[in-house]
Amino acid sequence: MSAPARQDIILAGVGGQGILSIAAAIAGAALKRGLNVKQAEVHGMAQRGGAVQSHLRLSADRIWSDLIPRGGADLILGVEPLEALRYLDYLAPEGRIVASSKPHLNIPDYPDLEAILGEIRKIPGSVVVEAESLARAAGTARAQNIVILGAASRFLIVDEAGLRENVRGLFEKRGESVLAANLKAFDLGRGAV
Amino acid sequence: MPREILLGDEAVALAAVHAGLSGAYSYPGTPASEVMEFLLAAAAGGGFRAAWSVNEKTAFEEALGCSFAGKRALVSFKHVGLNVAADPFMSSALTGAGGGLVVVSADDPGMHSSQNEQDSRFYARFAQIPCFEPADHQAAYDLTREAFDHSEKVGLPVMVRLVTRLAHSRAGVEIQAARPANTLRLGSRRAWTLLPSNARAQFRRLLDLQPSLVRYAEASPWNSLDLNPADRSLGIIASGIAANYVRENRSAGPDRPSLLQLSVYPLPEALIRELVAHCRTILVVEEGYPFIEREVKGMFGLPGKTVLGKLSGHLPLMGELTPEAVRAALGQEPLPRRDTAGLKLAARPPQLCLGCPHGDAFKALNEALEGFPGGNVFSDIGCYTLGYFAPYDAIDTCVCMGASLGMARGAAEAGVFPSVAVIGDSTFGHSGITPLLGAAAVDANMVVVILDNGTVAMTGTQPSFAAGGRLLRIIEGVGVDPARIRVLTPLPKNHRENVRLLREEIARPGLSVVVFVRECLEEAKKKTKTGGLS
Ligand code: SF4
Repeated sequence: MSAPARQDIILAGVGGQGILSIAAAIAGAALKRGLNVKQAEVHGMAQRGGAVQSHLRLSADRIWSDLIPRGGADLILGVEPLEALRYLDYLAPEGRIVASSKPHLNIPDYPDLEAILGEIRKIPGSVVVEAESLARAAGTARAQNIVILGAASRFLIVDEAGLRENVRGLFEKRGESVLAANLKAFDLGRGAV
Repeated sequence: MPREILLGDEAVALAAVHAGLSGAYSYPGTPASEVMEFLLAAAAGGGFRAAWSVNEKTAFEEALGCSFAGKRALVSFKHVGLNVAADPFMSSALTGAGGGLVVVSADDPGMHSSQNEQDSRFYARFAQIPCFEPADHQAAYDLTREAFDHSEKVGLPVMVRLVTRLAHSRAGVEIQAARPANTLRLGSRRAWTLLPSNARAQFRRLLDLQPSLVRYAEASPWNSLDLNPADRSLGIIASGIAANYVRENRSAGPDRPSLLQLSVYPLPEALIRELVAHCRTILVVEEGYPFIEREVKGMFGLPGKTVLGKLSGHLPLMGELTPEAVRAALGQEPLPRRDTAGLKLAARPPQLCLGCPHGDAFKALNEALEGFPGGNVFSDIGCYTLGYFAPYDAIDTCVCMGASLGMARGAAEAGVFPSVAVIGDSTFGHSGITPLLGAAAVDANMVVVILDNGTVAMTGTQPSFAAGGRLLRIIEGVGVDPARIRVLTPLPKNHRENVRLLREEIARPGLSVVVFVRECLEEAKKKTKTGGLS
C-alpha cells in the first residue's frame, strides 16, 4: 500500500517550545519524498510565551491555501496539551491528536489538566505522550518537541528515516551530546505509540 | 531550475538579489523583518549593501538615494512603517525612480503583531504608482524581479504588497539566473529638485503615465481572466493570496464560477468590465480592506448586477481571510467541526520573558507612582507594551512608534501629573529623539523612562542605534540637564533604591530622563549560542 499523497497538520505549542523546528523537520522529509509543501508560521509578538501554531500542508498536488481550513486537519501535534486542544475545530472527522501530557503553566487560569487530557483521549486514535519524562530520559527536558515528533512519525506520510535525518540536521551543530539526546528523544517518542 | 524553500519574505529578498540589487534598507517590523534578515546574510558575500536603518523614513530615503544614483534599490517595512516613510514615498512618485526602486510593504490583516490592519494598496493608489500583490511564493519571487524592470521602464517606484500569511509561510520557489547590477548614473537636477515649478512638471508626467500603467496591468499574465462560457451566474474577482482561498474551494465542474485573478495594479479596467459584462453576480475576495470591491461597486452600484464581498457582509470586514470564510462566501456548506463541549480553554497571551529587565523596571515604576494619584504612563511599541497586562498593569497607552513622549508632554501641559513616558532604546532612536528635543526646549513637566536593553527585542534582536553610551550622549545632546538624567539597573536587588530615585524625579518639576539599562535575555542568549538553528 502506498502512503496517501496529502496530509494537513497543525502544530501547536507555546512560544519557545520548538514548534517551528519540528515543522521544518517534517517539511524537509516531505520535500525529499517529492511532495509539495506549504508551512505557515507565527513570528513576532506571539513568540513571547504566547500560543503558537503552524499550519503544515503536504501534497503531491498543488497546494493553494497557506492555511488549513477548519474541519480539514488530518493531524494535530501538540507539544502542550491545552495548545493541542485549542485547535480542535481544525481537526477533520477522521483526524487525530498527538499531544504531550505536560502542561506549560505560565497563565493563572490554566484549566483542569485531567479534563484537557480527557478531551484529547476522546478523539479516536489520539495519543497522549509523557513527553517530558521521555525527554528527560533521553537526556534533555528541552527535547519534548522531538519526542512528539517521534510519536507522530507513526502517523505521518513521510518516512521515519527522512525525519531522523532532519532531526540530525537541526542539532548536529549543537554538539554530540545534544544531538544524541534528541535522536534518543525521537526514538523514545516513536516507541511510546 | 533550482528550487529553494523560502519564506514569502525571503522569496522577495532573493528576487531582489537576483535582479541586480545594489542597496537595501529597512527597519524591523513584523511581518517584514525577514526580508532584511535574508538580505543581510546574502550581502555578506559582497556585491550589494544591505543595512538596518534608524527608521522607515530614513530607510526610504537611503533607498531613494541609491535609485537616484541609477542603481537598483529595495526598501522594506511593515505596513505602518509606510506611514513613517509616507513623506518621501509620496514625493518619490514625482521624482520618479532612476535605478529600479521597489517598496515592500507587508500588511498584517488580523493584527497578529500590529496596532492596525491598514491596507497598503491605498498608498500605492494615493501615490499613483504600480503595485504588485503576489498570490504565492513563486509569484513573490517572479513579481519582485518584474517590479525592478517595470520600475526602471516607467521611471516610478513600484510597491510589492505582502500580507502576513505569505510573508511568514514557506514553500518551494524556482529561481532564475541573476542579472548584474546597474552602473552609476545620476538623476537629473530638474526631476529631483521638487521646487513647485519642477514638481508641477513631474506631477504632469505622473498623470500622463497613468493610462500606460493601466494598459500594462491589462496585458499582464499575472492578471488572468477565466470566463466560463457555460455559466453566467457568478464571477469572482480575487486578488493576491485571496485567490488561493477561492481556488481551494472553487468547484471545477461545468458550473464553475468565472474567475478574474489579480496581482498587478492599477486595476485592469478592461478585464474587470469583461467579467462584469459576463456575470450576473460579482464576488470580490481580497485580503485587507474592500479596495477593489468599493471601486467596482462605486457609490451607486452596478445596474442589473449584484456585487458581493466585504461591504455586503458576505466576507468579514476585519481580520484575515480564511479558507472557511471564503468557502461560505462561495455558498458551500462548512466542513464538519468539533468543539470542546463546554470545556473553557484559557487564552494564552504573549508575555515578558521570565526575568526580563522590563519586569523589574515596571515593578519599580508602579511602586514609585503609588504615592502620586492621578498620574498616567504613556508607552510605546516593543516587548514592554506587554507591560499592559497583569501582573504589571503598568502602561496606559500605546499608539505608534515614539508617541509616548509627545503624548506625555501634551498630557502634562493639559494638567496631568505625573506624566510619564516609557519607551525602549530602539523606538527612542526611531521616533523619540525629536519629541525629547522639543520637551527639553520647554522643560516639560514629565519623566521619560527609557528602557535600554540594547536591542530591538520584539522583532528578533536586531541592532539598536540608540543604546548604551550613544543613548546617553543623545539625551544630553538634545538639551536635557545632565543633573536630571539618571541611569539605573533594573534588578530585584536594586528595587528599593530604584523606587526612591524614580520618586525623586517624579516629584521634581520639569523634565527628567531615567534610563534603565540591562540587556535583553534573548539578546544575551543569542550572543552565547554557538551554532544553533539558522
Ligand atoms: S525578548 Fe528581551 S525584552 Fe523581550 S520580553 Fe524577552 S527579555 Fe524582555
